[in-house]
Amino acid sequence: MEVDMEGEAEHQKEVSSNNVMCQLSDPEGATLGPAMYLPQSAGPKELTQIVNQLLHNEERFPYAFYVSDQELLEDLSSYLTRKKVSVEKVLTIVYQPQAVFRIRPVSRCSATIAGHTEAVLSVAFSPDGQQLASGSGDTTVRLWDLSTQTPLFTCKGHKNWVLCIAWSPDGKYLVSGSKSGELQCWDPKTGLPSGNQLIGHKKWITGISWEPVHLNSPCRRFVSASKDGDARIWDATSRRCLIVLTGHTLAVTCVKWGGDGVIYTGSQDCTIKVWETTQGKLIRELKGHGHWVNSLALSTEYVLRTGAFDHTGKQFSSPEEMKKVALERYNKMRGTAPERLVSGSDDFTMFLWEPSVSKHPKARMTGHQQLVNHVYFSPDGKWIASASFDKSVKLWNGATGNFVAAFRGHVGPVYQISWSADSRLLLSGSKDSTLKVWDIRTQKLKQDLPGHADEVFAVDWSPDGEKVASGGRDRVLKLWMG
Amino acid sequence: MPQGDYIDLHRKRYGHRLDFFERKRKKQAREVHKKSQKAQKAIGIMGKKIAKQNYAEKALMKKTLAMHEEKSTRRKVEDDVQEGAVPAYLLDRQQTSRAKVLSNTIKQKRKERAGKWDVPLPKVRPVAEDEMFRVVRTGKRKSECFVTVSFFWLDLVYVYACCFSRFMHLKVLVLFSVFLAAKQWKRMITKATFVGPSFTRKPPKYERFIRPSGLRFTKAHVTHPELKCTFNLEIIGVKKNPNGAMYTSLGVLTRGTIIEVNVSELGLVTPAGKVVWGKYAQVTNNPENDGCINAVLLV
Repeated sequence: MEVDMEGEAEHQKEVSSNNVMCQLSDPEGATLGPAMYLPQSAGPKELTQIVNQLLHNEERFPYAFYVSDQELLEDLSSYLTRKKVSVEKVLTIVYQPQAVFRIRPVSRCSATIAGHTEAVLSVAFSPDGQQLASGSGDTTVRLWDLSTQTPLFTCKGHKNWVLCIAWSPDGKYLVSGSKSGELQCWDPKTGLPSGNQLIGHKKWITGISWEPVHLNSPCRRFVSASKDGDARIWDATSRRCLIVLTGHTLAVTCVKWGGDGVIYTGSQDCTIKVWETTQGKLIRELKGHGHWVNSLALSTEYVLRTGAFDHTGKQFSSPEEMKKVALERYNKMRGTAPERLVSGSDDFTMFLWEPSVSKHPKARMTGHQQLVNHVYFSPDGKWIASASFDKSVKLWNGATGNFVAAFRGHVGPVYQISWSADSRLLLSGSKDSTLKVWDIRTQKLKQDLPGHADEVFAVDWSPDGEKVASGGRDRVLKLWMG
Repeated sequence: MPQGDYIDLHRKRYGHRLDFFERKRKKQAREVHKKSQKAQKAIGIMGKKIAKQNYAEKALMKKTLAMHEEKSTRRKVEDDVQEGAVPAYLLDRQQTSRAKVLSNTIKQKRKERAGKWDVPLPKVRPVAEDEMFRVVRTGKRKSECFVTVSFFWLDLVYVYACCFSRFMHLKVLVLFSVFLAAKQWKRMITKATFVGPSFTRKPPKYERFIRPSGLRFTKAHVTHPELKCTFNLEIIGVKKNPNGAMYTSLGVLTRGTIIEVNVSELGLVTPAGKVVWGKYAQVTNNPENDGCINAVLLV
């Protein structure tokens, strides 16, 4: 016994005498303090302490550590021996702040709500996560009561399938676009249409995006993209079309209103165009794709979507306050780096752009064997997830565009993905009628959620992390909980 | 009697008469008047015929006029709400349209357990044994070839008759018929069959049933009743032949037979998100007559 203790003590001593030169740096590459000798017995826990001290954090924040793009899960000595890394070189450890809250993975279906008489084409939680809306092929928009899990309002008015819905980032409006090209604003409190239909598009609506709340509060303007090749900026209060963004020669497939006050449109004519929003001038054209651009995502998209609302569920009394908080959140999220844009295309590749810096792509992401249908930045901007028709979901580094992992498990094309608010979990909905929850840390399947009787067209993870909603061809809306 | 096209020839050589075109125009102009005079005067069956013809011409004229009008007028495209809504990201993509929610295998499993199928062809004509099989005579003694299958049965009857009447010849006759029967133990199946890929023939001595390779099938044209479209699918096995368990095990495909087909290329999935591999289908035609197998998927 004594000998054992002695041996262990000796071992401890031996290990602690082995130091390794480490350099801590943040994801952008800025170093934190000088390079220092760290004992090899140090693990993520000790590193977290060091980082918190070096950054003079009053509260202890959780951090994750990455060495050459792989997460460090063990102490340094076992990492070094496993990877056979020389101890004589400086080991660069990237620290990544983690969400202070943790979202429970969804594991069961809490409600299956029937109501729509045709396929559910889109579902969206409100930015504060308190309301849920869905658009369907039966030409209605429905609002659902999340506490009782029952239908709340049925909003009738569209003439054809409701393809897109979008909440304003302050949660005051809901806009829906239909296949016959008209848009309609709804009041989510009463379920009544606010004003007449907004007519202008000649073909169906492919995407809607609201102006971020930190640029303009209360929310008034939004942009819609259509198959007819135009994007239009509308005013929700005066109900007029302000600017028509013409220039694309083919259908516009996706539109995003960036945090810097520019609009990005991706089109079937293989280009992405960047527009300025006061006069609708074309600022930049991003070329590179060889086929349709299907989907765009911004590194700050999640913050833009949720506006001032965060995981604490705080409500705001005035629009000015909301604007202030939203701007704070936006700046914190963006940091010093420029806004990044990722585009997924029919040519099976994705491009990472920094449109404010250069018109050339920062990285080209190849690996998918079928078209990329949906791309999405994680809420912290660290990851990019892409859903493809090759039945896989792939994970990429959000800063560099390097490939990280592939999530395989679906047996049909993956249509839509959604991140949990803490960026630790990813949800995917597929043609094979299942939803799957993937764990980013272990890069494995966390939860398989069967239950839909047919293809899943739309998924959304509520910003407060409590619920997941999904809808598909089987006409029911399913709510999933942890 | 035609005298050759001398008028045409003359015209080719010397051209038309100077007043030819004027005369023609005038004649055409007068034609309507003449016609009307005739129509007004005509009575009886002639009148009826003319009226009918005029009516037909007028109707045709109106129709063509309406058609031309339609071409020129601009109308709004009818944008009716269609069935089978798809999200915006699938709208531009070519897809096989599906009318309704496809039933999943859970139904199939339940039915399988109950052993009951609500099949499209609930009743089929029973196939007699001698229609299903043809006796193949084996053995060296080709001299008795004249004894056909039907003779064989008659012989047996004869033997039985002999049993009671002529004991003297009994032995010989019985021997004779046994001899014949011994050579007729082999059967050839006259219907289409499915033979699995792992099948190897037995030595001819032990091969009691011959499944002719010309009547073997590995694929079937399977119609999905909800999709209303037909796929050429591989057969996995024969689940049930309504004529009996023996035919099931032999893999005989007759009208009404339940077969299992490989539907993996249809892309159906179970509620748990697994690809459905095999599904049952019922044969709806007489494969031996048609040279192909048509079947309906059971959903």
